Amino acid sequence: MIMKRIFLFLLINFFTTNAFSLVKIDITRGNLEPLPTAISNFYIDNPEKFTEKIKKLNLDINLPKVIKGNLNRSGLFYVLDNKSYIQKPKLSHLKPRFEDWKLIKAQIMVSGKLKIDDKGRLRVEFRLWDVVSGKEIEGLALFATPSSWRRIAHIISDKIYQRLTGEEGYFDTRIVYVGESGPKTQRVKKLAIMDQDGANNKFLTLGNELVLTPRFSPNGRMVTYMSYFKNLPRVYLLNIETGIQEVVGDFPGMTFAPRFSPDGKKVIMSFARDGNSDIYTMDIKSRRVEQITSNPAIDTSPSYSPDGRFIVFNSDRSGVQQIYVMRSDGRKARRISRGKGLYGTPVWSPRGDLIAFTKIHKGKFYIGVMRTNGTGERLLTQNFYQEAPSWSPNGRVLIFYRETAGGKKGQGASANLWAIDITGYNEVKIKTPTDASDPSWSGLLSK
Amino acid sequence: MSLTNIRNFAIVAVLGFLLSACATGGKRSANDWYEGTDTVKFLASGVPDRIFFATNRSSLHTAAKSTLNKQAAYIKKSGLSVVVEGHADERGTREYNLALGERRANAVRDYLMSQGVSGSKVTVISYGKERPVNPESSRLAWSQNRRSVSVKAK
Repeated sequence: MIMKRIFLFLLINFFTTNAFSLVKIDITRGNLEPLPTAISNFYIDNPEKFTEKIKKLNLDINLPKVIKGNLNRSGLFYVLDNKSYIQKPKLSHLKPRFEDWKLIKAQIMVSGKLKIDDKGRLRVEFRLWDVVSGKEIEGLALFATPSSWRRIAHIISDKIYQRLTGEEGYFDTRIVYVGESGPKTQRVKKLAIMDQDGANNKFLTLGNELVLTPRFSPNGRMVTYMSYFKNLPRVYLLNIETGIQEVVGDFPGMTFAPRFSPDGKKVIMSFARDGNSDIYTMDIKSRRVEQITSNPAIDTSPSYSPDGRFIVFNSDRSGVQQIYVMRSDGRKARRISRGKGLYGTPVWSPRGDLIAFTKIHKGKFYIGVMRTNGTGERLLTQNFYQEAPSWSPNGRVLIFYRETAGGKKGQGASANLWAIDITGYNEVKIKTPTDASDPSWSGLLSK
Repeated sequence: MSLTNIRNFAIVAVLGFLLSACATGGKRSANDWYEGTDTVKFLASGVPDRIFFATNRSSLHTAAKSTLNKQAAYIKKSGLSVVVEGHADERGTREYNLALGERRANAVRDYLMSQGVSGSKVTVISYGKERPVNPESSRLAWSQNRRSVSVKAK
């Protein structure tokens, strides 16, 4: 259960240049023409230093493969098939022949070199080439223990994304979610964590009790979630590194729908007293509890604005479930959802500009975004059942879960994680070893 | 009216007929709560353990009150404690459904207390949409899943 901090060190030296590149990606529009990209296999500089164990990792092939998966999944890049590459990895890295890469219509090319240094560390050098202008536009050397090579691949992917879009990437991140198994009537649910690309999946609880809605702390080391441990539905904290779990506060009733405040010091959640759910916060250190809303309606699914000044939540005070924004002290609640249907699960974008939500209308479920004053509603995807969007740290992608309908005895029912760009393009299924729901996206790990 | 329009109209009419037939066959009331006896178990002989709710509602209709009257009489007579479980169907967001299940269970607790049951005998727990009794994704199943169930406290 304990997640060791396997990633030891990471040194980055820039040895390039802010060389002007001709190739750019505009991610504010739906990108229908992903950038043709070549990712060469990396070459091994000192094979004699590669022990059997490291050799087995096939890093020269697998490290670029992880980068390829990331870039392809983003929908912004189209990585060309390796078989079409003319130049060999070593020369591609040292002295690329741009005509060869132009010939296969690549606009950018990624090359790399692997080395085991004197201390046994893996040194990965990568270069990003603008094939059109024939220049190197990014270059880095990264060090880590060989076993954390995947993180290097993610950091390189983020660098490429950043260099070409001008915005931070989201590949060096993790997803915490609920792994599901068993029949619908007796579903077994476990907390699970994995890398953003589905690798390194790990279960954090055993499935003895029902667990729901895990959410990362801003620094990614803690998770707050709801558990039915001892049949008392309460909000818990889990330290991912130590595996220690603790109940949050001693409320005389159900607490649920937890999230961290942006500074990570408080948990905001709902507390149900005598059938009525209101929003409360608890300071994690002092355990001081504060009641934020006091309304006979259901107030739940609270989420802070990134500056901590406002809270968005859903309430049925108008008669049906709608989205409201209030000041963080609970004052001046104002309804922002105005369209037809029900609105729930609002989540404030890390950029501060948008609120993602679930909308239910005429028996269909939608994931959408709106501005923080409720204008500019855009529905991104419609389905039989889907909800609970969570933002990528750069505010460009939403991850959520989708369930399919169950036939007789629930046959055919499934739950899976999906992601979609806020442009409405590039809807992709995220592979998980079991059925999955309630995803929460971490911030960038190396930040 | 064009030919396709006529055909569409005919399809709609047939579907409408089938749906209404389904509704009576499946014993869902016009008000959207389940009125049948499938899935119902008994707290004691002649005392049904559950009542059903309309979509997004926690109000108690007449049939539900009559079931709860029997539960109240039984709890008072036997001196047993019960746990009232509140449930929702799968057609709402998870967190809202947890709150809705809590609201339903408390509506039942309040009613039992209004019938003379001591509050100390009745605790509540909400399972939201997590524990459906019918795993199908159909209107009938959803109506059976929007329920409260009174179980003997352990």
